[in-house]
Amino acid sequence: MNLETIKSEIEANVPGCRLEIVANPSPSGQHSLRTGAEHAVAVAVYLRDAEDLRFDFCSNVTGIDWPSRELSEKVKVRKLVDGVEQEGEEVRKTTLSGTLEVVYHLFSIEKKHGPITLRMRTIDRDAGVHLPSLTPVWRSAELQEREIFDLFGVVFDGHPDLRRLLMWPGFTDHPMRRDYVDPDDYEYEPTAHDEVLRRAQQHRSEADGEHPGKAGER
Amino acid sequence: MSTATVPTAHFDPEPMTKPSKEQLLELSMGPQHPSTHGVFRMKVVLDGERVVRLKPVFGYLHRNHEKIAESETYLGSMPYTDRLDYMCSITNNWAYALAVEKLAGIQVPERAEYLRVITGELTRLQNHACLIGFLMQDMGSSGTPLMYAFREREKILDLFESLTGSRMMCNYMRFGGCRVDMPAGWLDQARKIVADFPRFLDEYEQLLVSNEILMDRTQEVGVLSRELAVSAGISGPMARASGVDYDIRKVDRYSIYDRFTFRVPLGSHGDVYDRFMVRLLEMRESVGILQQAMRAVPAGPIVDPKMKIRGFRPRPGEAYGRIEAPKGELGFYLVSDGSPNPYRYRVRPPSLINLTVLEDLCLGRNVADIVAILGSIDIVLGEVDR
Repeated sequence: MNLETIKSEIEANVPGCRLEIVANPSPSGQHSLRTGAEHAVAVAVYLRDAEDLRFDFCSNVTGIDWPSRELSEKVKVRKLVDGVEQEGEEVRKTTLSGTLEVVYHLFSIEKKHGPITLRMRTIDRDAGVHLPSLTPVWRSAELQEREIFDLFGVVFDGHPDLRRLLMWPGFTDHPMRRDYVDPDDYEYEPTAHDEVLRRAQQHRSEADGEHPGKAGER
Repeated sequence: MSTATVPTAHFDPEPMTKPSKEQLLELSMGPQHPSTHGVFRMKVVLDGERVVRLKPVFGYLHRNHEKIAESETYLGSMPYTDRLDYMCSITNNWAYALAVEKLAGIQVPERAEYLRVITGELTRLQNHACLIGFLMQDMGSSGTPLMYAFREREKILDLFESLTGSRMMCNYMRFGGCRVDMPAGWLDQARKIVADFPRFLDEYEQLLVSNEILMDRTQEVGVLSRELAVSAGISGPMARASGVDYDIRKVDRYSIYDRFTFRVPLGSHGDVYDRFMVRLLEMRESVGILQQAMRAVPAGPIVDPKMKIRGFRPRPGEAYGRIEAPKGELGFYLVSDGSPNPYRYRVRPPSLINLTVLEDLCLGRNVADIVAILGSIDIVLGEVDR
């Protein structure tokens, strides 16, 4: 069960598909395969049906939110200082754009092996949150993809019944995102007071660009 | 390659409110219905007494356990895992500890592994006994089977209390071991209770297994095919009742389960009766594991002495750890970014995923069968809604 061989096998059998191995530095050693959205269903079907793989059991499906963040790394550069070439250090900053990631943990009940981790990413966190649903390949993704749609806001194209799972139908936000802010009040309150008023003031001051947190501390 | 081989029984995108035949009746079952084991609701559409559509409604007990855990240290979430499946707090602790141990590469001492197996199998005994009691209660066999089960559960909870200080919210495991060692005389007391357990099982079997009413109400009811069980991610006793030979204790050989001999009971029909029988037989196997484990508990530390309890920061990376919990495959998926809190903390809840096929099992059955089918799935809403 080598991830490299699985990767090359899939790439040979799914036309036009390119996979990326995502290394996992932790002692668990569970490395994963990242697929592009356009070939995800074909890759999933191959993983499920190929004679030697037979990943028929999709155990866990979950999302991860990666907001855009700045990475700074120190790079060694050679530059001319007073006409003499010297080695110096320079901090280079790169901005990683935000993305939502969906992770599938697959096992094989027939071959009794696994897990293999399959991941895919959305384009961004606003408009490009569409990913293909793998529920037509594994039924077990049905409720779990609904949960990701509910809590992370990933829209699964091809899901048979994409509704909120845990939050109520009128709810608009996605609580598992890192930048989620609790609403002032979960129910309608004609005159805000106490806790609700405090939170409303805090949100207002944060929106005005003041230092967050201070206004609401008790 | 096509996706047509996936068994799909429903997937009817029509909204339930669409006016259809006039004689259809929409019934909201729950969230206060006593047979839903908590706050679970099903929107059922009935044609006379037959179920033509059933949509589960979740979220009444939702408190975003995962989000809370991400703002908490790794150890800080351990007591909160007790509240997932509150019937089996010790196996929840175990699954979480296992995932963190995979993430950080922690070794568990021998004695702690034995303690884990003993408490974990005791948890399985009391869960299965109670589940069967609840199932009978739901089907109208009021009192007796449930009280018999509770009598046995009480003994096991007493054991948990003297070991961990709490009957249900045990908070027993730590990363790299267990929290406390056995008090003096505990093992003897546990041996006695386990030795008495088969007598209760004999009594239970005599009372129930060939009961004509039980057989009438459960055989050929809620049949789950093997193909659908695998595709829908059904795990635990429910999958095994449909003939799926998959027990994580045998497959992953986690902890020290490779040292014990036990069998994996399988059903052949996948109906409610098989799910009931598989649990009954699993209890006998658990008693066997317990007796083997209790004979061989070694001396030694109960937690890895090198383990840092405070300021615990695993290296960046991720891990998925899973165990065979009484309800099915309980998994934890953790992503670390090197900080004291998990970046992502995910619970794979067997109760929720086993409900994927609820509609498929209930279509065409009577309303009264819904109660039996739901009871045989074995859900706890603390874990379904998280």
